Amino acid sequence: MNISYMYSLIAVIVLFLLAYVGVNFPGGEVFFGIIIPYLALIIFILGFINRVIDWARSPVPFRIPTTCGQQKTLPWIKSANIDNPTTTGGVVVRMILEVVFLRSLFRNTKCELKEGDKISYEWEKWLWLFSLTFHWAFFTVLFRHLRLFTEPVPACVELLAKLDGFLQIGMPGLMLSGVALLAAVTFLFLRRILIPQVKYISLGSDYFPLFLIFGIAFTGILMRYFTKVDIVGVKEFTMSLVTLNPHVIKGIGGVFYVHLFFVSVLLAYFPFSKLMHLGGIFMSPTRNLANNSRAKRHVNPWNYPVKIHTYDAYEDEFREKMVEVGLPVEKMIAPETPEEPEEKE
Amino acid sequence: MPNKKQMYDKGKVVIGLCILVALMTFPFWYNLGKAAPAPEPKLSEKAKAAKECVMPKAYMTSGHMQLLNEWRDTVVRDAKRIYTNPSGKKFNMSLSNTCLDCHVEKAEFCDKCHNYASVTPYCWDCHIDPKEAK
Ligand code: HEM
Repeated sequence: MNISYMYSLIAVIVLFLLAYVGVNFPGGEVFFGIIIPYLALIIFILGFINRVIDWARSPVPFRIPTTCGQQKTLPWIKSANIDNPTTTGGVVVRMILEVVFLRSLFRNTKCELKEGDKISYEWEKWLWLFSLTFHWAFFTVLFRHLRLFTEPVPACVELLAKLDGFLQIGMPGLMLSGVALLAAVTFLFLRRILIPQVKYISLGSDYFPLFLIFGIAFTGILMRYFTKVDIVGVKEFTMSLVTLNPHVIKGIGGVFYVHLFFVSVLLAYFPFSKLMHLGGIFMSPTRNLANNSRAKRHVNPWNYPVKIHTYDAYEDEFREKMVEVGLPVEKMIAPETPEEPEEKE
Repeated sequence: MPNKKQMYDKGKVVIGLCILVALMTFPFWYNLGKAAPAPEPKLSEKAKAAKECVMPKAYMTSGHMQLLNEWRDTVVRDAKRIYTNPSGKKFNMSLSNTCLDCHVEKAEFCDKCHNYASVTPYCWDCHIDPKEAK
């Protein structure tokens, strides 16, 4: 047993019970259905903005992009324009590849001692594969959820739902992204507890979001395929939220409120957690700067006007004394009178 | 000393934050000024007269698709056509002949909620509404 994940697991179970039992109290539906979700969205947006502005206020005195290829140099040496970008265009392409395909994670390697003390580096793509699955599945699920928040539902949302359910398994049709999300979260969790080195560095703040997202996907799947929910009632309720005319619809059921409460907790927790890498990736100086310090002059933004005393001014100030004691000077004192020629040197 | 008040690359950061806020509040402004009342499926006279569907209303609202799926499998795989509900009433397991016999107007009944919830059951790919086909 490990304290880090036990605490996180217990926290998520408590949150589950809180919502599941809490909605049955008088006013519970208003609290968990209306007040908490609105509050969570406000905390998310303000917290996110606050965090990003805080980052934007930190000066970046040097160009510190991580480079993974030959820098631009003499014309006959081939340079890596994306892996070692020298232009904004290169940076943008690299950023897009990073955000959409997690490209740097693709380089992930596993370092092991083999045959006793032989060090070996092996490519390790599972983390990349499951992270990519996780992020895309999450996005797809989220995007499909727009059907609950828009009327009429945009065609692109319907199209994505159609693609997602193209296997036409069961009724209601199985959405692949929901299953992929659950599977990927499970992998990411198992990775943390099964690999000793990763387990050693994992904290409560690593496990909590995993359990929470697992809980969200789990309750969602439970609701869609097993316990069933009156989806028209749900949409009537969600539409009332987004048209700022919130009212509770009776008989939607506990699992829905747990789902919604988990999502609210995720939103409110987001700006204070490692999940802020969503904004952080764009703010990373190791990713968003062009490696052009040889071509362009970058002035340290925290340089402040230092009082300087140049050598010229120094000599002007002390020239006579320097000459007196016989120090070399750059500009000689113009001989004032021919009577004192011995004074020099 | 770093000036804590100053934002670097302010223009870009503000644009990024505006995009975030716009995306997060998308449903709020997308639905601005649109009234989207929940649909009220119209029950035909025959359905009203029958009082109860194959199963109680609460079950039918959220679970009819599963029931129909079971019906299909039973008919196609086991060649059984008769369904007996918990209260002992017997039904011919047929979407077109049993369901649509009572719920005569697909457009006024089925489609209303299906459109609202944005679901497009592939049942209708084969099972045409006899009236629509004409
Ligand atoms: C982080 C955000 C969310 C995630 C990751 C998520 C995840 C899921 C998943 C995996 C499912 C299973 C079915 C499917 O794959 O579509 C589901 C279903 C569902 N979710 Fe969410 N959800 C989120 C937010 C919300 C919100 C904000 C609401 C409503 C206020 C909501 C309401 C529902 C409902 C009603 C279902 C059942 C859909 C059905 O029966 O077809 N979800 N959710």
